[in-house]
Amino acid sequence: MRTKIAKISAGLLSILILLMVPMTAYAEDTSYTYIYDYWGDVQDGPDLYSVCKVFTSSDLKLDVKMKNPQSIYCYHDHIYICDSGNNRIIELKRVGTENMEVLRTIDSFQGGTGPTTFSNPTDIAISEEGEFFIADQGNQRIVKLDKDLNYMMEFVKPVDNTLDPELAFQPKKLVIDTAGRVYCIATGINKGLVKYENDGTFSGFIGATPVDFDWTDYVWKKLATQAQRARMESFVPTEYDNLYMDKEGFIYVVTGAPEDADLKTGEADAVRKLNLMGNDILVRNGEWNIIGDLYMGNAGGYDGHSYLADVTVLDNDIYVCLDKNRGRVFGYDDQGNMVFAFGGAGNMDGYFRGPVSIEHSGYDLMILDPLDGAVTLMIPTEYGKLVYQAIDQFDQGDYTASGESWEQVIKYNGNYDLAYIGIGRSLLRQERYREAMDYFELKYDDENYSKAYKQYRKEWVEEHIVVIVIVILALFLVPMTIGKIKAIKHEIDTDEFFTRRK
Amino acid sequence: MIAKTFKNPKLQKYKDSLKFSLYCISHPLDGFWDLTHERRGTYAAANTILLATLLIRVMKLRYTSFIFMTVYWEDLNIFLYLASVLFPLALWVIGNWALTTLFDGKGRLGQVYMATCYALAPYPLVQFPLMIFSNFVTVDEAEFYSVLSMLSLMYAAILIVVAMGQIHEYSAGKNLLFTVATLFAMLVMIFILMIFFSMISQGVAYFISLGKELLFRL
Repeated sequence: MRTKIAKISAGLLSILILLMVPMTAYAEDTSYTYIYDYWGDVQDGPDLYSVCKVFTSSDLKLDVKMKNPQSIYCYHDHIYICDSGNNRIIELKRVGTENMEVLRTIDSFQGGTGPTTFSNPTDIAISEEGEFFIADQGNQRIVKLDKDLNYMMEFVKPVDNTLDPELAFQPKKLVIDTAGRVYCIATGINKGLVKYENDGTFSGFIGATPVDFDWTDYVWKKLATQAQRARMESFVPTEYDNLYMDKEGFIYVVTGAPEDADLKTGEADAVRKLNLMGNDILVRNGEWNIIGDLYMGNAGGYDGHSYLADVTVLDNDIYVCLDKNRGRVFGYDDQGNMVFAFGGAGNMDGYFRGPVSIEHSGYDLMILDPLDGAVTLMIPTEYGKLVYQAIDQFDQGDYTASGESWEQVIKYNGNYDLAYIGIGRSLLRQERYREAMDYFELKYDDENYSKAYKQYRKEWVEEHIVVIVIVILALFLVPMTIGKIKAIKHEIDTDEFFTRRK
Repeated sequence: MIAKTFKNPKLQKYKDSLKFSLYCISHPLDGFWDLTHERRGTYAAANTILLATLLIRVMKLRYTSFIFMTVYWEDLNIFLYLASVLFPLALWVIGNWALTTLFDGKGRLGQVYMATCYALAPYPLVQFPLMIFSNFVTVDEAEFYSVLSMLSLMYAAILIVVAMGQIHEYSAGKNLLFTVATLFAMLVMIFILMIFFSMISQGVAYFISLGKELLFRL
């Protein structure tokens, strides 16, 4: 009797445990970090970045709360936040890994003929000599200050016949190159980036988005009435939202303006990489368009396409885009493959409400969210460091070590396509073609597979050349000799000399 | 016993008719005329060619190099995949017969089916070696595969058109006209089928909701 009770209770207990196990398993259904695989399916993965700290106004001990800050800029270990709503720039210094302290707030400068305060400063850039370039949007100028905040010069509305004279010059974002030239995005100017020489003269617009329309648009325009035509969207280039100059002097620009459909088909770009001529040289070898999230449906509080509002380029040529609409961060490598995507809309740490600016310091990312009035500092996890290590080792030509690092990455995340292709590329460099082929085939990388296969085929043919020649010769010679023998036999059979005897 | 099976006249006829498909694809006009008029073709051979076509089509999924064909296995329904051949074939055969029988076509329904199947012969004949070949090329040489693959499809399409002309004893112009008409008939049939199914499903839904309503009231 007792054993029976024991058995029953044991059975009940096991059922209970079985019931509880799936409950805990359901607790977390989607992960924070993901990538899109070859098929465009979301593949969850471990986090590459984790939130180190979120710095709000009170964390930074600011007397006046940040109001609609528009830009964050990193210069060595100094960090500048354009607190646009309060017409000031906050200079911070990073102390240790996870602390920042306010050095000073910049709200005025000495000299110059115009006002000496800022009005809605939207962006800042600092040259190697420590000169400040500040987009002073409300005062319709870009001011250049020396490092002691003395006025040096200003860049004003370009003198150009194609610009509407009524248009107020509203510089929004700017970068400077090593020669002190200024490239700026201004609200209402869609001819591309406004470029100034270092003496302040306007030298032209570069890199406007191409305008494409096809014959259907033409037919519609012909059929439409005057009023309808006016209401139709006009074919003008889209304005850029933000820009970043990488260490080689190429300018990455982003825009969130294109339509969903154009982004999906690849007719419009969300990210472009401009050379000095203003031509787009971004490499797009990835399986999917560089548009942030591939799926734009209205679900789970998200609606519409990823609005890429800012971009920053890490030292290993991975560029990280910030999505204002969906609160996400997307990293792409120099070939256009997605390295990571993480984040989301929300109030938790690591989630954003409407982030507008991203900046990096080493591999650390800083993200500015004006709605929260906070800067989120994110640092790479062990796994993230491993991924970067593998990429860096490959770039430095240390192919064997890169392959080993990718092997480690696979131990963390077996769904990471780049790891398989990375191992394949490492094996390819080590001339282990057969193994490389297997890795490329697993992740459908046909270009690299073909490279490996071509070498493998060449090696195989060289090794087996004797056999191949013998087989080919046999294929020709055997039928020929058989034919010859038959012919001789036929001759003998029909020869008079032999037939006469019979 | 074995010798007897080999000498079996029925089997001999089957083998001959299967071999005749090779003659058909190399001499379409002559071949397809003889196919029905001289009774050189058999249903068994036609079914064999169709089965081979289906088999190659499925085998291609697995054995073609991923350079040319990547398969999302999670979404693959093998029956739907086979239906993508069988359904258009059925529509073509029925549509063609239904039209030509009104305009003094000489071919019967079975003969239309048989000739169409015989005309499919280039597909397995070309695609099978091509499938093996695909594993020995790189992306630079991919054009060879694509061109050959497309040629096999075009060849089969031309053969089908020619075959219809021969079995119905049509002139070239009339044949082309009825090819287009058959394609149109296929569209009409798809349209009717869709209407039919949507009406049936609505009818069923009506009675189901009626039943549900009854159950609620009880």
